[in-house]
Amino acid sequence: MHPALAVIFLTLFSGGGFGLMALTAIVNDFQIDGGLNPLQTMIALLVSLAFVSIGLLSSTAHLANPKNAWRAFTRWRTSWLAREGVFAVAYYPFAMLYLIWVFFTGHPAALPGLVLANMAALIGLITIFCQGMIYAVLRTIRQWNTPLVPANFYLMGLAIGATILVAIRWATGNPAPALLGTAAALLVLSAVFKGIYYFWISRPAGPTIRTATGFNRLNVRILDPGHTFGTFLTEEFGHTLAPASAHRIKALMYTIAYGVPLILLATVAQSNAAILAILAAVLVVGGIGIERWLFFVEAQHVINLYHGRQHC
Amino acid sequence: MRLGLVIDLDTCVGCHACAVACKEWNTSGTTGALTDYQPYGAKPSGVWFNRIRHYEIGDYPHNKTINFPMSCMHCENAECVTVCPTGASYKRAEDGIVLVDQSKCMGCNYCSWACPYGARELDRASGTMKKCTLCIDRIYDMEIPEEERQPACVLTCPAHARMFGDFDDPESPVSRAVRERGGYQLMPELNYNPSNHYLPPRVHAPIDTERMRQKGLRAVKDWIHRAVER
Repeated sequence: MHPALAVIFLTLFSGGGFGLMALTAIVNDFQIDGGLNPLQTMIALLVSLAFVSIGLLSSTAHLANPKNAWRAFTRWRTSWLAREGVFAVAYYPFAMLYLIWVFFTGHPAALPGLVLANMAALIGLITIFCQGMIYAVLRTIRQWNTPLVPANFYLMGLAIGATILVAIRWATGNPAPALLGTAAALLVLSAVFKGIYYFWISRPAGPTIRTATGFNRLNVRILDPGHTFGTFLTEEFGHTLAPASAHRIKALMYTIAYGVPLILLATVAQSNAAILAILAAVLVVGGIGIERWLFFVEAQHVINLYHGRQHC
Repeated sequence: MRLGLVIDLDTCVGCHACAVACKEWNTSGTTGALTDYQPYGAKPSGVWFNRIRHYEIGDYPHNKTINFPMSCMHCENAECVTVCPTGASYKRAEDGIVLVDQSKCMGCNYCSWACPYGARELDRASGTMKKCTLCIDRIYDMEIPEEERQPACVLTCPAHARMFGDFDDPESPVSRAVRERGGYQLMPELNYNPSNHYLPPRVHAPIDTERMRQKGLRAVKDWIHRAVER
């Protein structure tokens, strides 16, 4: 698949933003590490709103005809993309009202505020599920057609949110060992689930050139694709990655998204150096950005069968 | 009613006439124009509803060239319609034709991701998704003679490799052809249940190319060719 930056940014940033909102609500609900103070809560909410907005605005850059984008809210009965749009927009009023509540009352853990926070968190989590299902429902792309996709989206969104929250806590001079442990655990879990996903998609399966042409008992080879230069189909679906470079990029991704941030978080626990927590959050976002790029470029659409691939 | 095409892989000669006729008709049709990018430039490309690919099936000496036209299959389970977030893609209840409402499409490409047959192509000039309409503006046009109320590709095919009709009617020519010639659907395991069917090549005895030249007059001719110096 063509790795469009607009869609990579959409899933990466809005996933992280919703994950941050969910963790903010949980931390204030259960007063983990004493809960967030009003300033920390407001910073977390602003970062979350900014991330979600970056994601949603960049997604409109993927539209060839954005003047009809408002219609994307109409087909929520059948389309996961429309559902994602509806929930993503429904997130705003709750997150903003919570922000206003904290700003004027200074009580992030008071009941009316927590109701708003948990509504925003719930809607954000539902949006991540819708985002995952956009890809998971496509039977045409085996690498996406698995429940591991929404599971990975959840774990990565929550891991991004947790690391950012750790950075916010330490940067405002307020250590949070339980939160740091949560972030580390989410990073490890996210790395493990991504590993399971890579194992799952490592072998070809699904339709082959034989079922695609109906010559089920014969060897089928392409002689001519029927066009002289690229078409929409080859530009959109023709991207692929050589296995050797895929392995190298995956090693790089694991190092940036999981390895170095975990070491940095361990150092933060020892030294209280806030700058390392911020660096860890930046690395996690960047590393999961690489993961998202791989997610798109490694997806092999069955239309490639008609352009010379024997299986996908 | 469930309208669709039957394509005879035995007689298709791969001349691309169907694709050209389709482009010609539809570029001035309901979803036109079908933009060409750099038509006289270094990398000519453009929007086509119908593409013909060429394959070799089997291994020598039992191999055969197959010309493989593909357009929208007008699937019974049209995922392109269910995934569309704007309602631009729809399937007509009365005849099963899948269409894109050009005034509603926002160009998100999601329907093309859901289509296993590559039937949908984004027109970068209009920013909207375009696809085969089964020549809906021809087949229902009461102004033209009844025998011409067929898709442009079917009318133009010089090899008569294409048939158009109603798959819900068991006695229609398309249903009979599928029944009698073992017509099949592409990628049935995905369960899109496409309307369009393909007829497999008829089974012929292989032509013995090794010994063909040894027979009768041809052997004499070959001897003369060798004997006469030029």
